[in-house]
Amino acid sequence: MAEPLFTPEEQKKFDAGIAEIISHYPSDRKSAGMLPALRLLQEIKGWLPPEGLRLVAKHLEVTPERAYEVASFYVMYHLKKPGKYVIDVCTNLSCSLWGAEKMLAYLEEKLGLKAGEANEKFTLRETECLASCGTAPCLQINEDHHESLTRAKLDAILAKLS
Amino acid sequence: MASTAKGIDPIISAAWGKPQSWTLDSYKKRGGYEGLKKALEMQPAAIIDEVKKSNLRGRGGAGFPTGLKWSFVPKDSPKPKYLAVNGDESEPGTFKDRYILEDDPHMMLEGIAIASYALGVHTCYVYLRGEFKFPAERCQAAIDEAYKAGIFGKKLMGKDFELNCYLVRGAGAYICGEETALLESLEGKKGWPRLKPPFPAVVGLFGSPTVVNNVETLASVPHVFTGGSDWYAKLGTDKSGGTRLVCLSGSVNRPGVYEVSMFTTLAELIYDDKYGRGMPAGRKVKAVIPGGSSAPVLGADELDVAMEFEALKVKQTMAGSGGVIVMDDSTCMVRSLWRVARFYAEESCGQCTPCREGTPWQTRLLRKIEEGRGEPGDIDMLSNVASSIAPYPPIGLGNTICALGDAAALPTHSFLMRFKDEFEAHIREKRCPFGDKPWGSFGDWS
Repeated sequence: MAEPLFTPEEQKKFDAGIAEIISHYPSDRKSAGMLPALRLLQEIKGWLPPEGLRLVAKHLEVTPERAYEVASFYVMYHLKKPGKYVIDVCTNLSCSLWGAEKMLAYLEEKLGLKAGEANEKFTLRETECLASCGTAPCLQINEDHHESLTRAKLDAILAKLS
Repeated sequence: MASTAKGIDPIISAAWGKPQSWTLDSYKKRGGYEGLKKALEMQPAAIIDEVKKSNLRGRGGAGFPTGLKWSFVPKDSPKPKYLAVNGDESEPGTFKDRYILEDDPHMMLEGIAIASYALGVHTCYVYLRGEFKFPAERCQAAIDEAYKAGIFGKKLMGKDFELNCYLVRGAGAYICGEETALLESLEGKKGWPRLKPPFPAVVGLFGSPTVVNNVETLASVPHVFTGGSDWYAKLGTDKSGGTRLVCLSGSVNRPGVYEVSMFTTLAELIYDDKYGRGMPAGRKVKAVIPGGSSAPVLGADELDVAMEFEALKVKQTMAGSGGVIVMDDSTCMVRSLWRVARFYAEESCGQCTPCREGTPWQTRLLRKIEEGRGEPGDIDMLSNVASSIAPYPPIGLGNTICALGDAAALPTHSFLMRFKDEFEAHIREKRCPFGDKPWGSFGDWS
């Protein structure tokens, strides 16, 4: 028998969350809750497993294909299990003018990963503008924002990741 | 951090950096929600007229007159009407809305309440880019406070008018900042822009009349009522009222968000002690992008221009989203354009052929030139590819459903127009003349 998708606690969180999401839309427009519902699933499971996508689709009364279509369009959804820490490094123009390319190269060397690669602990990605151009260079780790980065500051942040 | 603009007191950014500026208590102590009180004593049509008279123009990029946009919403529609707040701040060089959301979200919420009452909207969705975790937390806390205080909810500040406000986070797609793509995303779909017309004011969210306004635009609205439309209009030019937030980044000593008068010039922004404090030692301005990465680039001899919509239009560029990116004379223009081109290739939604095929093609050509593999003819090819996406000029009449195509082509056209010699040098010398330091003075990260 297949493992259940959620633990009882996770199930409770999902049920409450999905009910709240659906309540924000007209009753005949449940499918509008797709983005928040996928976010909820990812918050609970760390990624979007296929059975989770099917469950979201069921709640929002759409086909699983529709859930997959949306999930695959946006870069923040993980259709494969990522590393424990997803590091998104902005290398857009303003950040590159403040050394982002060199910062990314430093991270690649330090983590032993190329941008786009992952291991169990880290997923390293080059990303587009994070709207922090005045405090470049910047990156996000699991959505937590870090800005005005120097080598020392970045080392200190990485050292705290267990 | 914002600072006082030359000749004006800051309006939008006045409380940034002050203790607890994001709370309802702090906002009310500063006169918050007084504009809403005044608006609630007026007829909805009079509110719209007041916004029209203020000459407030949208701060998201297009600069469309806000009152006029509101007046397009049909008054007798049997369908519910919606307000969608565009907080999908993703245009490279632009980072102002983040500060409003983090430091003074109630200012935007008050604007939402005024707009909703004027338009007969009972449901507002605040759409923030997915990466904005902290801004979203601050904004949600402010929404919760507004409900608790009876500002939102069944009775809008005691008035017999229900207003609900929900926050939705995107999931990482620049295209969702385009207003129709934002609506698709709000409907739970991938962010594919819609053909216009019909415009969202008539057929928008769920097929209903919908106004889409930027965060800063709505944060400006309360001031039209507390200060009066005449006062607000007089702060700006004949066609553009108020102040504006500009985001300064790149090769300057003090990047940041500054609230400026519409009469402030690019040169003042870069060199004035109140703002950018000049260039890194020994360096000169080479190029400036004045309104987010899609705005055509200007050269060093074009900085004596006011940072407002009409003046920048005369220079064949645009005020756009307020993102000013400065490049100094040690920056490689080919490398810079390549990076911008990659962004548009990455963010094209893929719906229209010229954009889907043209944006990666531009990127490949630029990479080839930057890496010293460029051939004679590549520059013409690059120009042709950009023209196939959107000819230049005029601005904003491309071959694609939405303006992302224009946004991808305009930088190419303008970089080639102003810095063609640098592209030619790359091809002639078969290398980047800037060697392994193409990013200028701050590019040596340590």
